[in-house]
Amino acid sequence: MNLFWQRFKRNRLAVTGGIMVLALFFAGALAPVVSPFNPNDIDRKHILEPPGISHPLGTDDLGRDVLSRMLYGSRISLSVGFIAVGIATVIGVIIGAVSGYYGRWTDRIIMRVIDIMLSIPTFFLILAVIAFVGPSIWNIMIIIGLTSWMGVARLVRAEFLSLKEREFVLAAKALGASNMRIIFKHIMINSMAPVFVSAVLGVASAILVESALSFLGLGVQPPTPSWGNILTLGKDNIEIAWWLSVFPGLAILITVLVYNLVGEGLRDALDPRLWGSKG
Amino acid sequence: MITYLIKRLLEMIPTLFGITLISFFIIHLAPGKPTDILTELNPKITPEAREKLEKYYGLDKPIIVQYGMWLKRIVKLDFGESFSTDRRPVMEKIWDTKQPLLERRLFITFMLNLLSMFIILIIAIPIGILSATHQYSLYDKITTVIVFIGFAMPSFWLALLLMMLFGIHFDWLPISGLKSMNYDSLPLLGKIWDRVRHLILPVFVSAFTGLAADSRFMRSSMLEVIRQDYVTAARAKGLPETKVIYRHALKNALLPIITLMGLSVPGLIGGSVIFENIFGIPGMGQLFYMSVMTRDYPLVMGILTIGAILTLSGNLLSDIGYMFADPRIRAK
Repeated sequence: MNLFWQRFKRNRLAVTGGIMVLALFFAGALAPVVSPFNPNDIDRKHILEPPGISHPLGTDDLGRDVLSRMLYGSRISLSVGFIAVGIATVIGVIIGAVSGYYGRWTDRIIMRVIDIMLSIPTFFLILAVIAFVGPSIWNIMIIIGLTSWMGVARLVRAEFLSLKEREFVLAAKALGASNMRIIFKHIMINSMAPVFVSAVLGVASAILVESALSFLGLGVQPPTPSWGNILTLGKDNIEIAWWLSVFPGLAILITVLVYNLVGEGLRDALDPRLWGSKG
Repeated sequence: MITYLIKRLLEMIPTLFGITLISFFIIHLAPGKPTDILTELNPKITPEAREKLEKYYGLDKPIIVQYGMWLKRIVKLDFGESFSTDRRPVMEKIWDTKQPLLERRLFITFMLNLLSMFIILIIAIPIGILSATHQYSLYDKITTVIVFIGFAMPSFWLALLLMMLFGIHFDWLPISGLKSMNYDSLPLLGKIWDRVRHLILPVFVSAFTGLAADSRFMRSSMLEVIRQDYVTAARAKGLPETKVIYRHALKNALLPIITLMGLSVPGLIGGSVIFENIFGIPGMGQLFYMSVMTRDYPLVMGILTIGAILTLSGNLLSDIGYMFADPRIRAK
């Protein structure tokens, strides 16, 4: 663990990313305190105002403060990212563990299902389900989670395949430990590192999917602010209000970027093959 | 080799079956029925009329029976009729034989994706090779930064920025549709130029994310290959570096890219909903968006199935490409 931390610290980009991740987290958590305005306050006298002193990032078509809406929007993006990934990780770990541990036909069927799931244009399916079920933040989290567990399952399966033949597992079996105990107590703990990395990277892609859905009007519904639905307003007012397009998009870009940087940094730090190499 | 191909083709059938089964169940089990929309639009509709309507569409039967009926028609390549008021067959909406080829939805989406894939390939491969052969150089560092940004870039935001810059600020490029209003009055060359101008932004946007991913992949694949013994051997016998890279290393470094191209098809197809929506392109993605908004089950299922067929064909093509490139597989 110590060695891992030392390696991670040496990667300046990843550390910067980590600091940014924390900063974004606090910005969202403290949104009610740091927002200059109430995100839903309509001000008909200041419609579509460009960035200025009172509204640092301008106002939208109803005179609402864009900065405040973006701060509240970050809560949506982050909670969708984390909960969707949480769901995907739990499903992926369980399915991957079962597949890798039991092997044989269980494994074959599960791998087939994963192949099938990977061949479906997932964004189409997400879009269809959200349109039918109705766009609420919970539905979005669940459906993103349900359609993105395949990568984790493959990772965990691969770990299980190699770990289940190792001596400590064979020893546990010889001592009469139950399958459940071996899976959860002995193998799972040793296979968590790559899962953690893929979860961090997964947050980034879930945020991207959520913002795309909101942009298409099938995500978080106004008046609740989200980065995606502010961008929809940006598209509608593209000829007159550049700030509605530029800032929320930049927020998505930076958030996804820093999660990716941290994920890659963790991956490199966890990979023993890269230890001692220049980095 | 032929047996391998036949085996792969046969394998596609159960996969396709599985995809349609999963999609059908998910879509039909989702709460809310297409008839809800009709009732919302017309509150005077009576419960009896509604039931009659459901019966007409076969929505009153158990879902497994509905799937069986759907499957039976699919085998004959009949995707059924759209639930929308025009009641046109789904196939006609996707591939309208009365329209010229360039106006058919499936063709438009297919060509756009093919174009952006082509652009990804011809740009990403050289970028990746140069990054690998000049590892840790300034060029490598700059492209790495750009690649990371490319990974994180929401494609619809990139589209908005480019529209603002090239469409509105400079007024160089059109930002919507596939042709201008005065298209029909243009001479042949003008027509071609008009189409090209309309394609520049959408194709660039849809290629951008793939560019980042593929050039990164090419870089790591190349880095791995140039550490191999046979590359050292080629250098040791005194071959010039360009020959070592482009004749000996490149062929092997390209193999994983072929697989990656196959795997990127679902992402490209899914992405077409977004950029067809932004750029107002009358393709399959736009049709899909309209069909989910009106709960047009047959149309949704039809497009999902075609998307899945395209994806599986992409995988098959990449396997075939792999086979031609790698003699070790061909021998099997």
